[in-house]
Amino acid sequence: MAEPLLRVERVFKRFGGLLAVDDVSLAVEAGRITALIGPNGAGKTTLFSIISGFLPPSEGRVFHRGADITGMPPHLVARRGIVRTFQIVQPFAGLTVHENIAIGAHLSRRSRADALDAAAEVASTVGLGDVLGRPAASLTVAGRKRLEVARALAAGPELLLLDEVLAGLNPAEVATMVPIIRGIADSGVTIVMIEHVMQAVMSLAEYVFVLAEGRIIAEGAPQVVVDDPRVVEAYLGHGAAARLSAAGGAHV
Amino acid sequence: MRGPSIAYIVLVIAVLATVPLLTASNVVLNFLIVALLIALVGQGWNVLGGYGGQYSFGHAAFFGTGAYVTAILQMRYGVNAWIAFALGIAGGALVGAAIGALTFRSGLKGSYFALVTLAFAEVLRILASVAPISGAGVGILITLDLRPQAFQFQSRAPFYWIVVALVAVSLVVVRLIERSRFGAWLVAVRENEDAAKAVGVDTARIKLAAMTISAAITAAGGGFYVQYFLFVDSGIAYGPWISVEALLAPIVGGIGTVFGPLLGALVVKTLGELTKLIAGDAPGLDLVIYGGVLVLIVAFAPHGIAGLLADLRVRFARLRSSVLERAHG
Repeated sequence: MAEPLLRVERVFKRFGGLLAVDDVSLAVEAGRITALIGPNGAGKTTLFSIISGFLPPSEGRVFHRGADITGMPPHLVARRGIVRTFQIVQPFAGLTVHENIAIGAHLSRRSRADALDAAAEVASTVGLGDVLGRPAASLTVAGRKRLEVARALAAGPELLLLDEVLAGLNPAEVATMVPIIRGIADSGVTIVMIEHVMQAVMSLAEYVFVLAEGRIIAEGAPQVVVDDPRVVEAYLGHGAAARLSAAGGAHV
Repeated sequence: MRGPSIAYIVLVIAVLATVPLLTASNVVLNFLIVALLIALVGQGWNVLGGYGGQYSFGHAAFFGTGAYVTAILQMRYGVNAWIAFALGIAGGALVGAAIGALTFRSGLKGSYFALVTLAFAEVLRILASVAPISGAGVGILITLDLRPQAFQFQSRAPFYWIVVALVAVSLVVVRLIERSRFGAWLVAVRENEDAAKAVGVDTARIKLAAMTISAAITAAGGGFYVQYFLFVDSGIAYGPWISVEALLAPIVGGIGTVFGPLLGALVVKTLGELTKLIAGDAPGLDLVIYGGVLVLIVAFAPHGIAGLLADLRVRFARLRSSVLERAHG
C-alpha cells in the first residue's frame, strides 16, 4: 500500500494522571474528507494539537508523506502544508477580516499586495467577501468560524485540519457551510474534520474515525460507523445499543 | 496595514527641518532636540511594543549600550565619533538580540517579559556603575572638540538636523515594516501567537528580529545623547528614566502607529516644560505629571492621541453625513 498523506502511529498523550490520547493509530488518505468524531473529552482536539505540532506526544510518531514530523514546531508543520483551525476561534482580533486572511496568505507570498489579493479571493470563496474591511472582532460566531477556515485556507494547505467549524452554528448556517467545505475538498485539499454535527459528517465524510476516552473505538464509512454498537454506547452509555435495538425490535 | 504614505513622512520631516531657519533660539532648539531624541527612542520601543505587543520596561539597556559604546570607543580607544556612533547602534542591536534570544526562547510573555527586560537594564546599570571601563561612579566626559568630523558642533542647529534625520530614518523604517510581510507577521504575533504559528509564522524569530531592530533604533538615541550632552554615567545610560520615556511617548501618541512616538514625545515634553514653568524645578514633579497623563490616556484614549484623532475623524464624518441626510430628507 502506498504511504498515506498522514499517518499517526501509536500516539499517547498524558496530562499528569490523565491519559488524553491512548494508543491512537490512524491514516489519512490524500484527496478525501476524513472525520474524527467522538464524545466531548475524547481527545480529538488533543490529537489535532499533536499532529499540528502544538503539543508533543508522550509516545508515538506522526508521519507526513512518510517523513517523521513528530515534535516539529507548529510553524514548520504549517509550512509543510498541514494547517489547522481552532475550535475556540483565534482571530487576530484587532485586524480586519482582510488582514486576518492575508496573514495566512503570506505563508507562500512575500508581497503584501499579492497576499491581500489572494486573501480577497479566499474570502469570497468562504462567503466573507462582503465584510473584508470589518474588524474581525465584530464578526458573529458564524463569521468567525468562516474566518478560521479562510485564514487556514489562504495558507494554501495540502491537509486542512478543521476543528469543529460547524459548532455553534444554526441549521441554516450549517447548510451554507457544508457546500463550502465540499468545495475546498473538491479543489484538491485533503480535509480532516472534528465534528459533532452528524448531519454534516454523514454528508461530507468519506471515512470516519470514532474516538472515545482517548482510544479509536471504530472506523469506516459513515453509515457503517453510526450503526456500530460500540459507537452508540460511547455516546449514550453502556448497554444503550442493546436497549435501542430491543426497543426497535419491539416496534417492528 | 493602512498607514501614512512616504510622501506624508517627507512632508512632516521637511516642516520639522525648517525650524532652525525660523528661530535661532537655543531654548526652542534644545527643547525640540530632546523631544525628538525621545521620539527616536520611543520609535524603537514602538517596533517591539507597538507592533509586536512585547512591552519592554527595560529599553534603557539599549539606550545605555548605544551611549556607552559611543563614549568608550572614543575616549578609551580613540575611535572616530561617527564610527563609534555607528558601532554604538550595532552594540545596542547585539544586546537586543541577546536579551531577545534569552527571553523569547524561554517563552517569556506579557508582564514576565516586561519584568525581565527591566531586570536586564538594572543589571547593566549596576555593572556600569562599578566597572572601570564605563567610568564607574564618575561616568565618562567626552573631550570637547567642536568639529563636525568629531560629531560636535558650534551651534545647536546641526545637532537638530541630525536628530531630525535620525527620526526621519526611523519613521521610514517603521513605515516599510508596516508594509512588509515581516510587519504583518509581527502584528499577527501581537494579536494572537498561536494563530500565527498555525499559519506558519516563526513567532520566536519574528520577535527576535523585532527586538534587534527596536534596540538598534533606541541605541541610536543613546549615541546621539552622548554627542549632544558630552557626558554619560550609569544613571543616565541605564537608568529607569529612559525606559519610562521610551514607552510613554508611543503610548501617549498611539502605539503601533508610525507617528505615535513623535506625536507623544512632543506632547509629553511640552507638558513637562509647562509643569516646570508653573511649578518651578520641583524634583520629581514631571514624573508625577507623566503618571497622571499615562492614567488619563490609558483610561480615556487607549489608542493614544493618534487613535483619538482617528475616532474624531470618524465621528465627524458620521455627523456630517447624518446632517447631510437630514438636509436632503
